[in-house]
Amino acid sequence: MPLPFTFVPALGWRRALRALLRRAPLASRIVAAVLGGYALAALASVAALTLPLWRSERVLIGLLPSFAVYTLAVIWVFAVRSAARAWGGLLVAAVPLGAVALWVWQRTGTA
Amino acid sequence: MKSGRPKARGLRQTMSDLHIWSGLLLGWLLYAMFLTGSLSYFRQEITQWMLPEAPPPRSVPDAAQAAQRVVDALGRVAAPGSPQWSIALPDARTPIVSAAWRLPQPEDDLLSAMPTLGPSFVPSNAVPVLAPPTLAPVLAPKPVPGQALNESPEGMPEDTLEDMQEDPLDAAPGLAPDPLREPIVEEARFDAVTGERLAGPAGRETQGGDFFYRFHFQFHYLPLQWGRWLAGLAGMFMLVAIVSGVITHKKFFADFFTFRWGQGLRAWLDAHNALSVLALPFHLMIAYTGLVVMMLTYLPWSPDLAFSNGGRGQLAKQMSAFLSVPPRSHVAAPLAPVAPMVRAAQQRWGAHNVARVIVALPGDAGARVVVARGDEQRVSYSPQYMVFDGRTGRLLAVREAVGPAAETRGVLYALHMGRFADGALRWLYFLLGLAGTAMVGTGLVLWTVKRRARLPEPARPYFGFWLVDRLNIAAIAGLPIGIAAMLGANRLLPLGLAQRAAWEIHILFIAWGAALAWAMGRPAKQAWIELLALAAALLALLPIVNALTTDRPLWASLRAGDWVFAGVELALLAFAALHAGLALRVARHRSKEPKAPPRSASPRPSPPALRDPEPQPTLREAAS
Repeated sequence: MPLPFTFVPALGWRRALRALLRRAPLASRIVAAVLGGYALAALASVAALTLPLWRSERVLIGLLPSFAVYTLAVIWVFAVRSAARAWGGLLVAAVPLGAVALWVWQRTGTA
Repeated sequence: MKSGRPKARGLRQTMSDLHIWSGLLLGWLLYAMFLTGSLSYFRQEITQWMLPEAPPPRSVPDAAQAAQRVVDALGRVAAPGSPQWSIALPDARTPIVSAAWRLPQPEDDLLSAMPTLGPSFVPSNAVPVLAPPTLAPVLAPKPVPGQALNESPEGMPEDTLEDMQEDPLDAAPGLAPDPLREPIVEEARFDAVTGERLAGPAGRETQGGDFFYRFHFQFHYLPLQWGRWLAGLAGMFMLVAIVSGVITHKKFFADFFTFRWGQGLRAWLDAHNALSVLALPFHLMIAYTGLVVMMLTYLPWSPDLAFSNGGRGQLAKQMSAFLSVPPRSHVAAPLAPVAPMVRAAQQRWGAHNVARVIVALPGDAGARVVVARGDEQRVSYSPQYMVFDGRTGRLLAVREAVGPAAETRGVLYALHMGRFADGALRWLYFLLGLAGTAMVGTGLVLWTVKRRARLPEPARPYFGFWLVDRLNIAAIAGLPIGIAAMLGANRLLPLGLAQRAAWEIHILFIAWGAALAWAMGRPAKQAWIELLALAAALLALLPIVNALTTDRPLWASLRAGDWVFAGVELALLAFAALHAGLALRVARHRSKEPKAPPRSASPRPSPPALRDPEPQPTLREAAS
């Protein structure tokens, strides 16, 4: 019995491989969106620990908007013109957040 | 979304791609999550239907008396030395009392300083839940173990805590046994009036509607944390799909009118748009709040950092009924009557607004009793409870307020769960959830409808198309078959069957898996028709099976005004009609495309093509 589907639509294997390579920037964006977006959300939630509030409030206030941060990061990654820009934008946001987060981490480490 | 060098693509175009792929990739999971989540809004009613031996409630049982009776019963039933009992009090929707107790663990002595409202229970406590205690896990997945530590950080090693944090309920014997883990919690149901334990013929073993609730956020057969992460991932995809869909939308209409891919596509798009746009605030809310419910699981970093040197109880107290109990005194003392404690809470919050009683260290002189508020008259899950001395019955503390961020979380949480909703509002939640289910379903079908017309050889599509097509059939037509099979198994499996509750669920997955195999082995259009028709038939059979196997047939329920039983069965009939209608529409659908041209060029032998002249346009215009 023949399979009810074909493996490669219209192109041959060679062209399919080349098409795959052309998709490398897309793969890069997917990684940026899934992992980069998560990292940004996590950094933002940690950076919120510097707010002058009770400890539990700091934690919760940082966590509540984090999924919006994640979503916006994903939108950004796919909205901009190139994969390089996508990563660049994430980095620009991550550097200050990361610096604050690092500071929080060091402080709790020594406290 | 190739990188932009060749041609810059418009924002709407890229967002449209993002919408399509984020919606598709986990779409089948999202479909199942939406459907089971919608059913969960009526899970108490479904549970009642799945426990036909329990008589229909005549009136709401008195919570104080019921609490006292079940506490007395637990003194006999629960394992001696259990460090904690948790009792979900009855209300109008739940005439049965569900109780769970933690089994004494070897490390309990070590742990004597551990706040007894440990991990597993915290949520339920915290959340004055009307639901059975089994539901606890959702609410406080990750943070909780740490919480147990909090006030005695030196108490026990991390891994032990991690252990305790595992959902007790899923470890409960006969429910969803985890072969790798000794059960740490047992549960039972009790008659609210007599206080008798419901077991054997008086209460068939079933997870009832709780199955849908648990599946909705952690699936089944998966380690809990994996399931929850998968659900979270699906939730993020949902959120991204919604936001990118909104950005795309403005151009949406223009696109349809310019491209004119034919009636079928237009109809599917219109349906998808209507379902999505009309209920957009609900979809957005439900996706976001779903993530908020388990945010400490998904983003443990900041709580771990903030409480790396202890004090986690501060967070726990903001999120749930959490209290530190003095160490076990090892002096036996009878528990003070709990009925007066519940009465005091009723005075404070209203006669039907006390949800739960938790007893920490029952039988010990250091016992504590927590009485938690229900969800009436407030849209918030933030903890409100009274703490009593378990030996003297004296009121020790009342907690009714949390910080603004914690209250915000409580409100978002409550919005997702919808437990505050009664009557019409609950139906609205249910219908909006079904609209979400249909939104996902139409979106999935749309993906194939759009691409089917462009297939060079529709009878043998490329693998990706074939897979999406068949998974769509298996998810959309297959899941209702599985659910109907499970509800049927609830009536037909022998009452004495070992692991009966687990088998009801196995049957759901066996039927669902069989539907998947069928969907893969048959021509697509035939598979749609056959499986939708089968779903309709099974759903329609359920009231008949119920009439044959119980003494509560539909007509009797209607005459008696038993709206829980009648409501479930009328809803099943409505779903049967819906699936029958869909099957008919698919069957009636005729392709309007010219017959053979693309196929004649293909090298395929003609017999299959003849046998299956128009397999692909299946659903294209089914809804037109």
